[in-house]
Formats: sequence, C-alpha cells, structure tokens
Amino acid sequence: MSIFVNENTKVIVQGLTGGQGKYHGLRNRDYGTNVVAGVTPGKGGQDVEGIPIFDTVAEAVAATGADASFVAVPPKAAPAAILEAAAAGVGFVVCITEGIPAQDEARVFNTLLSDYPNTRLLGPNCPGIISPGKCNIGITAGEIAMPPSAEGPNVGIVSRSGTLTYQALYELKQKGIGVSTCVGIGGDPVPGTNFIDCLREFEADPDTHAIIMIGEIGGSAEEEAAEFIRGNVSKPMSAYIAGVTAPAGKKMGHAGAIVSGGKGTAQGKMDALADAGVKVGLNPTEAGELMAQIVAGLR
Amino acid sequence: MDLFEYQGKQYFARFDIPVSPGDKADTVDEAVAAAEAAGYPVVVKAQVQVGGRGKAGGIKLADNADEVRLHAGNILGMDIKGHVVHRLWVEHASDIDEEYYASFTLDRAAKKHLLMLSAQGGVEIEAVAESDPDAIVKLHIDPVVGLDAGTARQAAVDAKIPERALDGTADILVKLYRCFTEGDCDLAEINPLILKPTGEVHALDAKVSLDANAAFRHPEWAEYAETEVLDERERLAKTHDLQYIGLDGTVGIIANGAGLAMSTLDVVNQVGGSAANFLDIGGGANADVMAAALEVINFDQNVKSIFINIFGGITRGEEVAKGIVEALGRVDLRAPMVIRLDGTNAEEGRQILADAGIPESKLRSEPTMLAAARSAVALAQN
Repeated sequence: MSIFVNENTKVIVQGLTGGQGKYHGLRNRDYGTNVVAGVTPGKGGQDVEGIPIFDTVAEAVAATGADASFVAVPPKAAPAAILEAAAAGVGFVVCITEGIPAQDEARVFNTLLSDYPNTRLLGPNCPGIISPGKCNIGITAGEIAMPPSAEGPNVGIVSRSGTLTYQALYELKQKGIGVSTCVGIGGDPVPGTNFIDCLREFEADPDTHAIIMIGEIGGSAEEEAAEFIRGNVSKPMSAYIAGVTAPAGKKMGHAGAIVSGGKGTAQGKMDALADAGVKVGLNPTEAGELMAQIVAGLR
Repeated sequence: MDLFEYQGKQYFARFDIPVSPGDKADTVDEAVAAAEAAGYPVVVKAQVQVGGRGKAGGIKLADNADEVRLHAGNILGMDIKGHVVHRLWVEHASDIDEEYYASFTLDRAAKKHLLMLSAQGGVEIEAVAESDPDAIVKLHIDPVVGLDAGTARQAAVDAKIPERALDGTADILVKLYRCFTEGDCDLAEINPLILKPTGEVHALDAKVSLDANAAFRHPEWAEYAETEVLDERERLAKTHDLQYIGLDGTVGIIANGAGLAMSTLDVVNQVGGSAANFLDIGGGANADVMAAALEVINFDQNVKSIFINIFGGITRGEEVAKGIVEALGRVDLRAPMVIRLDGTNAEEGRQILADAGIPESKLRSEPTMLAAARSAVALAQN
C-alpha cells in the first residue's frame, strides 16, 4: 500500500510541452508512472514521445480516465490550471510551480474547499510525491528512493522542504530502509495538503510502520502537527526542523507578532514535537539515524 | 518586500485610503517645501524600516519653517538602531481624538485572510495583545467571499469603536482589504488609525509588505525595488536574482532549496563553524546561476571557504558542475570550495568536475553533507 498514489494512478501532465514539464513528465514515465496524457491549450492532437496532448484537462480525462494531474506551468497560469483540473474531476493535483502569489494560492485553496471538495491539491512549490516502485509525480529523482519491502518495516516521509525531502529519502536508502510514500507538501504559505493530512493517511496505511517528518521555521504547521500526533498517531516518528541557526526573518509589523504569539521558531517546533513523543534530530542525518533505531526496534 | 512609511501611504492613496497631505524629502530645503505645501503644523518623520523612531528622536512636530529646518537637519543622517536616515516624510499634523489599530494578513493556519481590529491602537498594541487579547477583534475572511461593508461595520462594533467612528472605520476597512488583496500585500497595517475631532477616520501610519511573487502584475512596484534596504552583497545578489541574506561568518554557503540552505547553516554551526550567508539558488538553476552565485560569494571578503551543498531534483547535477567550471574561468575565487553533490544527474556532475582537472586545493568533493561541512569549516579556520 501507499498513500494518495499507487501503481494504478493515471497521470496527466499540464504543461508537458514546456521545458520543465517535458523533462520531469518523461522522467516520471521512465520511472514507471502511468503518464497517460499531456495538456497544453492549442497543442491538442500533437504528442510528446508518444504521449498524446489534449487542449483541455476535460478532454484528456474523458479520453484516458486520468485521476491525477501534474501541474508544471508558470506561476501566472498555475492557479487556473489547478482549478481546471479540479473542474474536470481530477482527484489528485500535484503543483510544483514556484512563485505563485500568496493571494492566488489562498483563493485557489478556498475555491477547492468550497467547490471541489473531492480534489486534493499537493503543493504548490513542492517536489511532488513518490510511492517508490509504483508512482512518481513531480521532480524527485526516483533512484534515490528505496521501494518498500513486503515484510516491512517501511517508512512514510512528509516534508515541507523540497531538497530536504530528497535528503531524507537518501538517508533511508543508505540505511536500507524502504519507503511506502514520500510526500513533499511544499513551503508556501497556503499548501493544499498539510502535515496533518499526510499523518492521518500514514496512520491508516497498513504498510507504513513509522514516519519521518521534516519541517522548517516559520508559520505554525509543525506545532499543529505535534498536537495532532499526540492524540492521533500511534506509529513511531522521527523529525528534523531546518533553520535552528537561520537568520531571524523580517518581522511582519505588529500583526506578525500578534498572530504567531511566539510560535514559528525552530526550537519551539522541536520542543512541541518532542513533547508529542517524536524523536527529533539536529540535522537530517541524525533524523535518519533516529529512524534507523526505530526501524531496528520494529524488526 | 517591506515599504517605507511614505511609500505605504502613497500605496494606500491608490486605494482611496485617507492619509495626511505630505511629501517625501531628502534635504532640508525639500523638507521646508513639503511643509509649506502640506500646511503647518507639520510632523517631520524619519523614514527607516525599524521600530522606535519616535523614542530615538526621529519624529518631530514643527510649527514653522525654522523648526522644520532644525528638525530636518537633525534627523537626516541620524542613526536609528543601525539604520541611517536618508529620507524624511513631512506631513500636515493631525488633531487626534482616539487611536485605533487595523490590519489584514494571511492566517496560514486557518488559510483565510485575517482582519485584526482594536479600539486600543497606538504604540502599545503588542502589549494590549498580551494583557487584554479580547480587546483585539480577529475576523477570518474567506478569500473567495471577500469583505463587505456590513461585515466590516460589525467588526468595528465588536471592537467597541465608538458610534461616531463606525462608518469611517468600516469604509477604511473595505478599502484596506482591497489594498491587501488587489494590491498583493502580505501585510497591510494601520497603526494608529485615528479619529479626528471632526469625526473623520484617517490612516496616520502605514505598514505595507508586498508579496514579491506578485511583482509580475505590478509594474508600479519597480520604484520600490530601488529603495529596498540591502547591503552591497545583497544588492549584487539581487542583480543576479538570487535568494541571498548576508551573515557574519566565514563559510560561504550555496545550496539549492530554502530548506537545504537553512539545514546547511545548521550543520555548519553544529560542527563549530559560522556561515557567511544564506544563498538559495532555487530550483532548476543552470550553469549561469551557479556562476553568479560564486561571484556573489567571492565578493564577500569574510569568506574563507565555500560550501556548495546540492541535492538535485529539478536542479541537475551536470548544470551545477558546468557552473562551477565556468565560474572558475570567469572569477578568481579567493576561497577553496567543498562540494557535496547528490540527486538528479549527480554522477554526470561529478564526472564533469573530475574531467575539468581542478586542483584539490581549489575544490574538494565530499560524500555527505556532514563530511562536507566539517571539511569547509576546517578550511575556514586554517
């Protein structure tokens, strides 16, 4: 098992004819992902290395039965592309686009919430998701992820930072630990999928036996996740929070201080997670080592 | 991107939010001219992006041209907590009956817009938030629905803003919300929002932070980029479009992704070193970007070693390697480099570096992030 995506997931790539979309879309296919179509307005009828291109997501879905979309279009076009996928009934949308205005993200998130509750958005500004050996949507280099073993124990990964997601996959592979699913939720202000969404799925997934969580300074998502873990996650966890020594960000007027109420520092997040029973490492390697100890205990 | 008060007020004016008549001034003569145009009495205000201007003597009242000359002369060039005053804002002084507080931000936890409104505005608003949190009304707004005048008025009622100021406050809230959304602000804050004896409600200060991601649809923001507070290193980085923050240490850092860059700072610190900077070359960086990053690092005289920490995803290892080779041909790097390269096309990247025949004294390759950090810190301490 895995969460959100598996070997049956059929993926369309919005922007398959563009530079990034083509490069990563084809890499995803090479990995074994079921990439069934591409969508680029005005280029319907063409193909990219055998993958048919459609003008609209609705046409692509009707022709292929796709149930997931990989959005790889520039920031100006990404909000509309996400909503187009949702309107066409796509249940899982992965958006890697970096640089979408926060106002647009907030509008897209709340539009999905009210009009398309059956569509889950992952991202924007995220590396995507990989269920090793089954499905890879996004920009993760598939070879750094170790597929899960039938007997386990296997680890689920959820991360706010793209490159640290790869780092976590890599640390586990070095240690010979399989991964059920690795989800990069992205570091933007309004992520479509958050830590808690992923933790809930991992808790319910019988093939995930332990979880690594990687957070970073800013916001309060890690503190909220810690609160959720305390009452809802029985599986053992390790974590790492980036930014212990990061320069203090610019304080956003009085409003920032009032909203955060002292939350947002790396230390505060590490303390909250440790209080919830999570083993917290001081760097990604240490978090990997802590997970290796957890896995050894489960074997 | 944070705006100065005068820019914030000019931005507010675009959305019809009432502000005091005034103008910016870079010299004493300009200050007098601005004062004459605004009408006495005036307030002469230092334009710096730091709190506590008033206590530092950076805000003065003037009743005539002589007083403007005196105060403007004193304030220009003044150092307020490390920020030197190069510019003043001179505006007509307002009579104040009451001071309120109003702001719009994005509440990341709720994923909604957040209005905060209080009848107890002024310099002590953060203390009010601690001692009497109920005195600040917090209202979540669905970005799809927006804020209408009725809801804004009710928020003002809930904040115990007096009857005679309700309509004026509601009107400003609706305009400030438009400024926040259509104006692509991360923060739009008025403190204090004042009630004048005449019954008018009016923005006496402006704190605006703009979302840099939205710059593509705001050509009018170009002028703000010219006044952004940056040190020389940061200015050079900006010309290359790099995410750079200058720090005080000796290990120059180049990483791809904000998380990995922060993590690199952490690891350098943990093994006893100190970072000279935060530099995220972003996703999909090509050889040009890599070469530019090395130029920026090389510009910093404190840098004794350079730690390049790359885990390729959208960034490809061979592009990073080409960038390093290219930079070596373009820039005379003073400090030795230590590289850790993994992820997408890392093998090809390592091969390119090996084939380039760069001496070990200039570039050392390490298998892990920790080993690379130790190596870079040791080089910096030699």
